Amino acid sequence: MHWSFYIVAGLTIGSAIAAMSLRNIVHCALLLTVTFAGLALLYLQLNAQFVALAQMLIYIGAVAILIVFAILLTRSSETTGDSPLSLAGVVSGVLIALAAFVTLARAVASSALIRQASPAPVPASVRQIGQELMKNYVLPLEIVALLLTAALIGAAVIALQERRRSE
Amino acid sequence: MSSPLAQYLIVSAALFSIGLAGALIRRNAVLVLIGIELMLNAANLNFIAFWRYGKNPQALAGIMFVIFSIAVAAAEAAVGLALIIAIYRHYKTTQVDKIDRMRG
Repeated sequence: MHWSFYIVAGLTIGSAIAAMSLRNIVHCALLLTVTFAGLALLYLQLNAQFVALAQMLIYIGAVAILIVFAILLTRSSETTGDSPLSLAGVVSGVLIALAAFVTLARAVASSALIRQASPAPVPASVRQIGQELMKNYVLPLEIVALLLTAALIGAAVIALQERRRSE
Repeated sequence: MSSPLAQYLIVSAALFSIGLAGALIRRNAVLVLIGIELMLNAANLNFIAFWRYGKNPQALAGIMFVIFSIAVAAAEAAVGLALIIAIYRHYKTTQVDKIDRMRG
């Protein structure tokens, strides 16, 4: 395995741990952006260039900005940070997550499927992806378009509701 | 554990566990949503890794699934953050354990 994988994986996991454990919420959102960028680099290493580009555009460009906006809109002056849970809550949450990780890691380590030789990378050009989207996946594409429209209208209606009632 | 697929799967499992821990431990609703986003991204990494090292990468099924998954995750983030903003207007807090009534 190439050493760049370990650097990118360490960056991704380290920034994810920091994003979930820091007290300042704005720092958490910024480190989440680093995690998304690390995932885009992992996609590039896996030869999925289009998905890496989509990850950068959608997650770093849109979702991270949306999260920062939500944090700044919901930040009151007295509670800038996140008051932590009790110690028992933190310990039980970490134990549940560790149990999930150990279960997944044991399943990965004991699987026979992953021991086979890795095949040569297959190029997935944007032309191929576009043709697949227009041929085999055209119905899911239309459904996703409908879902995104409904989600956009729904998000606007939900977020504007209180103001309309008070006026 | 020397296979590259196993290493990507371990990274994905670690990301999923971190997201799960964050969603369970943190009390700010935005951070709970961030934990859920991390878990979704871990699933996407699994799809891409299985596509790259799978038996039939010409079918592009893994890439297609991740594209649709990213679209659905974007819709989920938009609606979730709109709900958090609406709840904040009402309760003046985003701590999830203080939001304990369903009627206004």
